[in-house]
Amino acid sequence: MDFALTDEHRMVQHMVKEFAQKEVTPIIKEYDRKQEMAPFVLPRMAELGILGISIPVRYGGQGMDYIALGLACEELEAVDTTLRVVMSVHFGLNSLALLQWGTEAQKEKFLVPQARGEKIACFGLTESGAGSDVAAITSTAVRSGNKYLVNGEKMWISLATKADHALIVARTNPNEPDPHDGLTAFIVEMDREGVTSGDIHGKLGIRAGSTGWIAFQDVEIPLENRLGEEGEGFKIAMSCLDNGRYTVAAGATGLIRASLESSLNYAQERRAFGREIGKFQLVQQKIAHMVKSYESAKLLYLRAGWMKNQGKRNTRETSLAKWFATDASFEAASEALQIHGAYGYSDEYDVERYLRNAKGAIIYEGTSEIHQLMQAGYALEYREDAPLRCELPAYDVESWQIET
Amino acid sequence: MKIVVCVKQVPDTAAKVVVEDGQVTWGDAPLVINPWDEYAVETALLQEEAHGGEVTAISVGGEDAKEALKHALAMGCSNAILVSDPSLKNADSLVTSQVLAAAIQKLGDVDVVFFGKQAIDGDVGVTAAQTARILGWPSLTLVSAISELDPGTRTISVERSVEEGRQVVSGELPAVVSVVKDIGEPRYPSFMGIRKASRAEIPLWNLAELEVEVSGPVVEWPELSNPPKQEVVTEIISGASSQEIAETLAEKIIEEKVL
Repeated sequence: MDFALTDEHRMVQHMVKEFAQKEVTPIIKEYDRKQEMAPFVLPRMAELGILGISIPVRYGGQGMDYIALGLACEELEAVDTTLRVVMSVHFGLNSLALLQWGTEAQKEKFLVPQARGEKIACFGLTESGAGSDVAAITSTAVRSGNKYLVNGEKMWISLATKADHALIVARTNPNEPDPHDGLTAFIVEMDREGVTSGDIHGKLGIRAGSTGWIAFQDVEIPLENRLGEEGEGFKIAMSCLDNGRYTVAAGATGLIRASLESSLNYAQERRAFGREIGKFQLVQQKIAHMVKSYESAKLLYLRAGWMKNQGKRNTRETSLAKWFATDASFEAASEALQIHGAYGYSDEYDVERYLRNAKGAIIYEGTSEIHQLMQAGYALEYREDAPLRCELPAYDVESWQIET
Repeated sequence: MKIVVCVKQVPDTAAKVVVEDGQVTWGDAPLVINPWDEYAVETALLQEEAHGGEVTAISVGGEDAKEALKHALAMGCSNAILVSDPSLKNADSLVTSQVLAAAIQKLGDVDVVFFGKQAIDGDVGVTAAQTARILGWPSLTLVSAISELDPGTRTISVERSVEEGRQVVSGELPAVVSVVKDIGEPRYPSFMGIRKASRAEIPLWNLAELEVEVSGPVVEWPELSNPPKQEVVTEIISGASSQEIAETLAEKIIEEKVL
């Protein structure tokens, strides 16, 4: 077993860290307060190639492996969650789904510009009445000849107002005995007639990010925009989550690290009762917990990344990594705030933002409750993963890095 | 143009550097390319983009110095060479300069060599000038802008950042140039560069191959110690208005003969 990162991994880590720290750290507080996404974030991430990090070079990407994707997410969220959310949505939930399920024509048309960062992508599964209960989706897509007519509304969609393409799931067959089987996935260009979107404000966290809604009113979608087969929408959506959750797990690991690093600095600088507060055992206990959480979360996401590289099914391992890291990031941020005392409670320090940002990931891409049900289901053998018609491609350095 | 950039592997600026038993240590903190050298790489790449040719990064050090070279490759350098030899273990800047000069001569037909103004570990800051002296080339140090570099007329004109301000200096090529921060923000490594760097086999040259005999180090650091701790008294100045606070502060500064 080899725990060492490669030179390539370390260089990616370093590059993404430099970008996030040099360009985003100085402005993040301002945009978090304004509840706006800094306008340069998406163009810069595109220009640097981060938006196509683990897509083969021949599809416009950078040909890095899935571990590099995780490391990039960790570095991004160590600065701000909104940066990692971009990767979860544009890359994990959408672009990797096109790599996994798309036809060659769909890859050429949609994946290539997304991997190059020329087009931004989002993912529309959730509706106001359908979150954990995916089968309750009410958006419909009615086929007529070589096109579908889509109606409905998606809620809590990251990048809703920034995206050029959305991958959405709608009901094509209301008569399926199992409602999961009546769902189908579509790629929708956001400039199609009948598509409208808007931002949602007033969120607890991820305030410098873009979260919104997308409405479809009699939107015509050509047949060639259908991803996968009719009725395959639920399976596709779940496979998207295997990839999105991986980025969330890696990002939350970065948030634990940020909480730990802030706490270490503060504990060695702040004095009380004549000593630096790091000398007090109850502060040490909090720090020890953060160290434990960081190291465990990191091992869990790296294992999931390794499985993706190998082409092994990783729904179970990715769910565990996501559940553990997001819960632990909320605890770490909360304890970091406690160590910082009243200063931590104000936005003079970053830890209050970490705490607000950590909560969202415990809700999206599978609530912690859903992940607990999944883990118990696997352990009790109530649940097993059936093979998919299209699996996420294993990483192969030679074919992924052939320069075109 | 044939451009060389000299880089060094140093402890990360975030590393906790401590003195233990008279020696400096930074524990297992990560090593990175000397931040000043990133400016040198950027300058070298800009000159390559303007005049064509190629940039070769050279480092003198152990195996771990390959990381600094890979960073330079990932930023866009065409080639990298590591000069490594067991006899260089305690090399000072003079020895390093002798080795670098020999490597530059072995490469042959080099037009210009770029350095960062100093390395953040030893902070000596004379390697560029020493290398120039050994090569017998003009030494243009602390350069903040390259006003003109003409491979045709073999001339270079630069602005130097000196205490008195900016100084304009011209020289002939080949030349050795050390750069300061004002030269321009270094680019990040690109993914294309990372792909290339991670596959690169970096050639290793030893002293025998360079056919150079180096002198022993003339500088030794037999024992290092921390500077004595200074007693610092902090005082918060209060007052009814910012005017009053500023006046009190000004008085104190004059009283303490700070200015």
